[in-house]
Amino acid sequence: MKVTLELNGASSTLEVSPWKRLLDVLREDLRLTGTKEGCGEGECGACTVMLDGEAVNSCLVAIGQCDGRTVTTVEGLARGDVLHAVQRALLACGGAQCGICTPGIAVCAAHVVDHGLVVNVDDATARARIRELLAGNICRCTGYQLIVDAIVTAAREVAAAPAAKGERP
Amino acid sequence: MTPYVRPRELREALELRATHPDWMVLAGGTDLMVNANHRAEPAGILDLWRFPPLGGIRVAGSEVAIGGGVTWSEMERHPVIRARLATLALAAREIGALQIQARGTLGGNVGTSSPVGDSLPALLALDAELEVAGVRGSRRLRYETFCTGYRKTQLAPDELIVAAHLRLPDASTRTMWRKVGTRRAQSISKVMGAASVTLDGDLVVSARVALGAVADRPIRVAAVEAAVRGLRMGPEAAEAARLALRGAIKPIDDVRSTASYRHEVAENLVARFFSLVS
Repeated sequence: MKVTLELNGASSTLEVSPWKRLLDVLREDLRLTGTKEGCGEGECGACTVMLDGEAVNSCLVAIGQCDGRTVTTVEGLARGDVLHAVQRALLACGGAQCGICTPGIAVCAAHVVDHGLVVNVDDATARARIRELLAGNICRCTGYQLIVDAIVTAAREVAAAPAAKGERP
Repeated sequence: MTPYVRPRELREALELRATHPDWMVLAGGTDLMVNANHRAEPAGILDLWRFPPLGGIRVAGSEVAIGGGVTWSEMERHPVIRARLATLALAAREIGALQIQARGTLGGNVGTSSPVGDSLPALLALDAELEVAGVRGSRRLRYETFCTGYRKTQLAPDELIVAAHLRLPDASTRTMWRKVGTRRAQSISKVMGAASVTLDGDLVVSARVALGAVADRPIRVAAVEAAVRGLRMGPEAAEAARLALRGAIKPIDDVRSTASYRHEVAENLVARFFSLVS
């Protein structure tokens, strides 16, 4: 079927089986290989993208369902050369190691930060909430501490200066 | 190529369902899309994701209708569900994680009818009524009678789950939910339970207690409900609930847990529901 989606701010049209996974369309048809496959079962979160602004596992989305919808991948978080606040914070805090889970974490964290899901709370509450909100993103290297540090940092930065987040104009 | 239809109206969806009973009815895909790249393409896809006739949470007086296509995220965020239907809001918050909650739907959980479907004990405890529709018309049935066996339900092959109808508990009723698994997020429950308890002061007037993952389908535990009636919340009701549960369930050994562990956790769970004193 013909599928047209709003992908990272631009319209994209392709001819594809409706059953093909969004994850495979991104990586194989559109060559956006930032999105990784981990488990293929919706357990690990490595393939997280935003579908109509919600963080979802792209391995569990049939591309037919994306026709006419908005998809943002890790490649779409930055504005030009300016990284999203969570990307900068992951770099600054060392919140990445082997890198397989990192794109999914960046997308999920961007969703959390952009929607202000951890603002106006004390540090301990913010950290507990981040751990719950990121519970679907599994990292086998880092122990999460530096990832949580990064998201706390990004959330603070965006709360102080909302323009820091990666929303498209 | 696999036929794919995104219907616009309920009538159209029901006619497609009746004409193509072999097509996959797909909403959030959290179950049906698992390892989809290694599985045969379905005969066709009837896409109900964001299908307006199955969407929305409507509150009218003391009743709430939750569309079959409503996601766990939408339920968890809804102010009335959060404030008045704690058991459902808590279940929604612990199903999978954020990404699964954004896609998984009430109708999917009910229709798949897995014995480990996390929301199902909550629907039992709340005495939910299901609204289902087919080309022959729509009907309502109590959720309590809906599951007829392992992943078997009363839903006819040409029917779709339109909504769940719930009564908001009154001020003297509290609802509870608790899941036990290897990990709170993502992992499939070893045991989960829900309860709706109506109190007069600290005396139990009546209770509905439901458990999941301890039988071939979600079940109500009548023995516990009868045992706690008239008792005082706290150690008295908790111990009665624990004793009544013994022998009332027959969980199984499987890859996720053992029968004896499930039995012990289920005992602790029902005891906990009645040990809480506000």
